[in-house]
Amino acid sequence: MTMPHTTAAPDATDVTPDATDATPDATTHPDPVIDLSTVTFGYTATPVLEDVSLAVDPGEYAAVVGPNGSGKSTLLKIVLGLVTPDAGSARLFGEPSRSFDNGARIGYVPQHADAAVGMPITVREVVKMGRFPHVGVRGLSDADWDVVDAAIETVGMAGFATRRIGELSGGQRQRAFIARALAGEADLLVLDEPTVGVDVESVEAFYDLLDALNEDGMTIVLIEHDLGAVTDHAERVVCLNRTVRFDGPTEAFLGSDAFARAFGATVGGIERAASGDASGGGDASGDDDASFERTAASGGDRE
Amino acid sequence: MIDLVFAPLYRVLELWYWLMIQLHGLTGMEILDPSFTFLYRAILMGLCIGVMAPLIGTYLVHRRLALIGDALAHTAFAGVAVGLFVNAVLDFGISPYLTAVVVAMIAALAIELISEATDVYNDVSMAIVLSTGFALGSTLISLNAGGLSVGIDQYLFGNLSTVAPFDAVVLLALCLVVVATVVVARNQLLYVTFDETAAAVSGIPVNWYNRLLVVLTALVVVGAMQILGVILVAAMLVVPVAGATQLARSFTESILIAVVLAELAVVLGIAVAYYGGATGGPVIVLVAVGLYVVAAVLGKLGDELTDSSAPETDAIEG
Repeated sequence: MTMPHTTAAPDATDVTPDATDATPDATTHPDPVIDLSTVTFGYTATPVLEDVSLAVDPGEYAAVVGPNGSGKSTLLKIVLGLVTPDAGSARLFGEPSRSFDNGARIGYVPQHADAAVGMPITVREVVKMGRFPHVGVRGLSDADWDVVDAAIETVGMAGFATRRIGELSGGQRQRAFIARALAGEADLLVLDEPTVGVDVESVEAFYDLLDALNEDGMTIVLIEHDLGAVTDHAERVVCLNRTVRFDGPTEAFLGSDAFARAFGATVGGIERAASGDASGGGDASGDDDASFERTAASGGDRE
Repeated sequence: MIDLVFAPLYRVLELWYWLMIQLHGLTGMEILDPSFTFLYRAILMGLCIGVMAPLIGTYLVHRRLALIGDALAHTAFAGVAVGLFVNAVLDFGISPYLTAVVVAMIAALAIELISEATDVYNDVSMAIVLSTGFALGSTLISLNAGGLSVGIDQYLFGNLSTVAPFDAVVLLALCLVVVATVVVARNQLLYVTFDETAAAVSGIPVNWYNRLLVVLTALVVVGAMQILGVILVAAMLVVPVAGATQLARSFTESILIAVVLAELAVVLGIAVAYYGGATGGPVIVLVAVGLYVVAAVLGKLGDELTDSSAPETDAIEG
């Protein structure tokens, strides 16, 4: 994990000695899977993301959380190379994200509303797409179909393989998209709010599946707004609201009030902190903010 | 060079005549009388359109681009007018279909590039392109009212009886190109159609496949214009696909059903038009719409019958 370089701003009087922790041992990991460096991006003049630095190493399991409009989805687009940052750099597997085209290394599960679900297309045909980066213009071989069927089996959709995707419930459809990502046999799995509309039992099973994939060495990055699920499973939490508000191990995040800050005064009991510090932090650089949250995290632990 | 490419296709055309004559010998149908070889050619062209229009249309409809066929047809009309105008004014002998292809392709790429720049396909820009094309075409034709307006009906409504052997051979070649391109690019086109973002992540150059699709659309539209006419050409891209969507379970099945529906519409339409003494294109489209209604009813009935048997989801294997 990488924390951004910290330069103490004059007004950041709360920055404590553990700001030095903010430059950890990232140099010992030679090739991060994802490497964002001081990324700034805006669809208009107002930046959606400001000075975001983030590195994810092979085998990590990181969750990006943040309120609506916090730039989570935009961050994902930059990570995946769908959008070019206005400033800063984004790299995937060591190559610039924008020009990275080895789709076989990335499995992507979109927000389920994105796809054309009115189309006459079966679950198996959807999952088949996961093999396209491997087969190019050729047809799928028997071995490819085996991978497809195994992926369908893994998400428990064998009974639905020949069903039209439009006939499925939201949760079943999401399983199909997860199977498509699995069929790609990727090194990196990127999921954009994968459990929206999925029933409770399936969510639990789904996270168990992610755990198992992660154990097998797959790098996982997901955007999630269900914090309970995130904190039960992810090793690392990145809390985003235009800038990185918190980036650290899940346990540290649990003890902190970074969540409340980033999400505004929506969590009971900490309105003061949210309205005072979060708005002030918005003007400071993201680096300072991140380290500030770390301070807050350790403070929270003591209480 | 061109002769070398077309020579085998002329052989195909000869073979087609022979087949039709055999069919006439077997059935004795008046429509297949060997003295009407123009009808043989019209049937062959109709069958080609029945393959490539729903093939391309399937991708268009599911990308919510159903309108693009109309927009391109009307710009193709402008292209026809440009060709006729240039021929009349400068005394060229250029085929209006050639100028139609060029203008329609430019319009297709313009629509695509506008949508890439603005990130959305908007029907406003397509409506503007459509109106511009038709207005430009009408203006050019009115400038030449003396010589041109006589022949313009054939472009607006199509005409089965003016199909020359060369037209049939060109459309045959076009059909082969379109089908071969879709066969090669079927994986990528499917992915881009279903889920553009995931397709981009998987390394597919989405914009290039979108451009390919609109250029193929322009080719199909101009190719089908001679039979169906400018105003109705888009119907064959959309109506059979809409019918197939009601019936098909899988994507492969939907393409096959759309082609079958389109071919039925072409064959029945030409026959009805011939025996009823009506213009071919509009009748083909009416038959296609009739088939769509039947498909929609059958689809609804099918849903009622099958929906009760939902399987169970299994546990996700962690």
